Amino acid sequence: MTLVLTTIVSGLCVGSLLLLIALGLGLTFGQMGVINNAHGEFIMIGAYTAYLVQRALGDPGSSLLLSLPVAFVTAGLLGVVLEVTLLRRMHRRPLDTLLVTFGVSLVLQQLARDLFGAPSVNVTAPAWLSGDPFVIAGADVPRTWVFLFALSIGCVLGLRIVLGVTPLGRRIRATVQNRDLAETSGISTAATDRMTFFIGSGLAGVAGVGVTLLGAISPTLGTSYIVNAFLVVVAGGIGQLWGSVVAAFGLGILESFIGFSIGQSTAQALVFLVVVVFLQFRPQGLIALRTRSIA
Amino acid sequence: MSTAERTAVTATRTRGLRRILRPRARLWLGTLAAALILFVVAPAALSGYQFGLLAQFLCYAMVAVGIGLAWGQGGMLTLGQGLFFGIGGYAMAMHLQLDDAGPGGVPAFMSLYGSGTVPAWWEPFRDPWITIGTIILLPAALAALLGYAIFARRVRGAYFAILSQALVAAFAILLIGQQASTGGSTGLSNFRGFFGYSLADPLNQRLLFFLAAGTLIGMVLLVRLLMRSRYGELLVATRDQEMRVRFLGYNPALVKTVAFVVSSVFAAVGGALFVPIAGIISPSDVAVVPSIMFVAGVAIGGRATLLGPVLGSLALSWVGAQLQDNYPSVWSYFQGALFVLVLGFLPQGFATLGGVLRRRKGDSR
Amino acid sequence: MSLPRTLITGAAGIALLATTLTLSGCTGAKVGAGASGAPSAKSCVDTSGDSIKIGFINSLSGTMAISEKPVQQALYLAEKQINAAGGVLGKTLSVVTSDGASDPNTFAQKADKLLTQDCVAAVFGGWTSASRKAMLPVFERDNGLLFYPVQYEGMESSKNIFYIGATTNQQIVPAMDYLAQQGKKKVFLVGSDYVFPRTANKIIDAYAKAKGIDIVGEEYAPLGSVDFTTIVSKLKASGADAVFNTLNGDSNVAFFKEYTNAGFTAKTVPVLSVSIAEQEVKGIGVQNIEGQLTAWNYYQTIGSPANDAFVSAFQKEYGQDAVVDDPMEDAYSSLFLWKAMVEKAKSFDVKAIQENSDGVSYDAPEGTMTVSGKNHHVTKTARIGVIEPSGLIDTVWQSPSAITPDPYLTGPDYPWAAGLATGASAAPSN
Repeated sequence: MTLVLTTIVSGLCVGSLLLLIALGLGLTFGQMGVINNAHGEFIMIGAYTAYLVQRALGDPGSSLLLSLPVAFVTAGLLGVVLEVTLLRRMHRRPLDTLLVTFGVSLVLQQLARDLFGAPSVNVTAPAWLSGDPFVIAGADVPRTWVFLFALSIGCVLGLRIVLGVTPLGRRIRATVQNRDLAETSGISTAATDRMTFFIGSGLAGVAGVGVTLLGAISPTLGTSYIVNAFLVVVAGGIGQLWGSVVAAFGLGILESFIGFSIGQSTAQALVFLVVVVFLQFRPQGLIALRTRSIA
Repeated sequence: MSTAERTAVTATRTRGLRRILRPRARLWLGTLAAALILFVVAPAALSGYQFGLLAQFLCYAMVAVGIGLAWGQGGMLTLGQGLFFGIGGYAMAMHLQLDDAGPGGVPAFMSLYGSGTVPAWWEPFRDPWITIGTIILLPAALAALLGYAIFARRVRGAYFAILSQALVAAFAILLIGQQASTGGSTGLSNFRGFFGYSLADPLNQRLLFFLAAGTLIGMVLLVRLLMRSRYGELLVATRDQEMRVRFLGYNPALVKTVAFVVSSVFAAVGGALFVPIAGIISPSDVAVVPSIMFVAGVAIGGRATLLGPVLGSLALSWVGAQLQDNYPSVWSYFQGALFVLVLGFLPQGFATLGGVLRRRKGDSR
Repeated sequence: MSLPRTLITGAAGIALLATTLTLSGCTGAKVGAGASGAPSAKSCVDTSGDSIKIGFINSLSGTMAISEKPVQQALYLAEKQINAAGGVLGKTLSVVTSDGASDPNTFAQKADKLLTQDCVAAVFGGWTSASRKAMLPVFERDNGLLFYPVQYEGMESSKNIFYIGATTNQQIVPAMDYLAQQGKKKVFLVGSDYVFPRTANKIIDAYAKAKGIDIVGEEYAPLGSVDFTTIVSKLKASGADAVFNTLNGDSNVAFFKEYTNAGFTAKTVPVLSVSIAEQEVKGIGVQNIEGQLTAWNYYQTIGSPANDAFVSAFQKEYGQDAVVDDPMEDAYSSLFLWKAMVEKAKSFDVKAIQENSDGVSYDAPEGTMTVSGKNHHVTKTARIGVIEPSGLIDTVWQSPSAITPDPYLTGPDYPWAAGLATGASAAPSN
């Protein structure tokens, strides 16, 4: 029984990480139809931001908290630059955005390598995160995971509020549902796109701060997350916030169960395969937007 | 003479040349020129090392021809061609390993890292014909299954790209995890013979090059044949207006699946020939990034043209090999910049550069 | 034309074209025909001038650049020192570098280029086992020499490769001896998913079975993985009293962070790592691994005149903060070993070097290395170290004498390893 609980708890941990990295992608991919392959590199930028903030401040605790907004803005601004210079030209060509952003990711990786050097760097976790693990339902849960879980849930709620309540959120939803009609109603869709991309990329930056608590920061950090992030978004249903949440935790628990019973390295491959097979039967993902279009 | 006039003259001249040479004549001339370059000029002009390198690039170009068909003509962007390249490559590599081990023998790496016995699913690959059959039929069946299921459900292009990428990622991880039966991250290497011929003999290496060159030319001709057939028109029509094709009574899913199957078989054949030429196949040849690089050459050369994918892929590989040694950092920037510039500003690749420039000049008039 | 007909015509055309081409050309040698099937490649090395070309092949880009760039620096230091002292057989060394780009196939391509186009007399470098295994057939076909500077999983020997790093009986076996000596009874194995950890763990399993040690877990993470929740949970449940760690690169950071988060310390359940050297300590962050154990043959802190000279020369060249480690020291020494072999053979010829390699020795910073002509490995002293707060590693135990290399573990000291090496390719014969 404890083993099952441990598995579920560790699955929730993995799930919160998946959710964190997929959330911003869900916004840019789901709402705007832009396939941003450089999303992983925005995560990497967030991670290096956390490193720089810690180097400037010194104290691990305050620098972790400060780096969250700093990374959000840094990655978000970079996202806006990308949107304005490149992606705006390619609204009707989602497949091309995929390849262009891959090129961007190559450049950003090399840039990080030239700026920070090839060896990986590290941030120190604050004392209040490295204490004894919490015991939840008989399973040990390291404090960092509790923090990541809270961070991901916080991001989801924040995003939900922005999309659901604020005027900006209304504009974003209007643009997604019918771009032309939104434009006619006086909404500047270009400005809305910029804001959407700012938030989506910013969330990647926040995820980057989160992953510094787990591993090293290296120029190729983003590449290990990008495939997972896409799968969560697709499995959840494109443009579906709650779909992403369910998919992230579901896949996390699945991966943890396979990891416990067969082995960590098989787990990841099997999770990918499960998603591919699942989508063969339900290509619209877990939660689908009902539309009238046939294509 | 004004710019506009000069453009007009050039245009007439090219159009004139096209009119003089009938399509069939151009086809023969083109084939002859390609054959001349690959079979006569290349062996004479290149050093042994460059020749071997070009042979590998020809295999990559086979994948590119297939992507050109599926993506350029059919609109299906596949980021998972590494899967088929890998199936072809590993099937061939398994046969070569077993062949080297002799009848009933066990490949050396298996005794070192595995149980010392040949797994049951390896056994059929002792037979050369089963191996060749697998290289062609397995990818075809897999592509048909995968393609039809996805296209019949009218999955959008982006989904297809992401699914194919996930599939190739899973494939690479599985290969790495099975150290005892696939060689893990090291892959399979150190082959001595190819269907009885020694791979150490430079003469046989040369023949492999010719085999690859001949196959590549054959593939390009096959794509041309396909595109000029009624099917080719249907494929392009499906890419541009899937709904209308459906309303005309055709099954767009079937049309797309055929193109995807052909492109997958091309990739698998490329992988199979790559193995004896390069002497190695490992997960890093088939993973996510190489799969994107396959697409890169196609995008840069010009996805919707016949020769764009081949030339783009060959050029990208060649430039990469030259730059990487001397300027490893510059090469990364160059690659990235190429993606951004070509796809952002020249979406149909270099093949259309001339046309775009002419139009610009026309506009500025 | 209908689709099926087009396809069939086309496919038949390709097949016909390919077959004709193959049959029409006069084909080359068959496998096993004549002596070794193919004419041995003729060397194109130019020994007429005042200089002689050698090749360095390291990953300057990609994931392995972190480890391999410093190795190249060490190689350049050795080249500079040799040239300053008059070169080899009176000839100055001139270096050709190649980027392996962390990709096995690229390593194979570039090795071929170094041997057949640049015509170098010997090649130094390589890091991952995958890169070595990819290059091996190239060196055998082109008849070149590779000096490989990294510890590896053993079970291999080629007459065209000199293995300057440790084989298993010089690193892994002594490390297990040490854990056994410390009274550890329950060992948990964690490694990256590739050939070195898998082979090392196979050997450890055999060792443990013979010596009454329980292997309470054996887990592999995909290369580059940062998700260690499951593995550390299993470690916790296993009740292990020591961890044997063969993780590679950045996975170590994630593993040690998770290990610390779960409440483990070096005092309670020590981790003995075999892929973490001084260079890697910097990247992992010393606070994460202070007090943990490592197994190597060389540490920067070794006190010997040869090592003092090496460290100060390196720091003079690359800065006072520059750190050296085992693979760098092996790379540095490999160039001197080659020099000694050439001088003994009085020739740059591959065959002459192979024939004269036995017994050639060099007083390396780690101690005297002597080449075994039988398996092309060198003698090495095993050292267990503990990671200090400064990021350097102090020796806490070392083997009483230099250990003779035994890549296949067939010697009388390793009865428990019987059967591990069945099917290994034949040992080199000079």
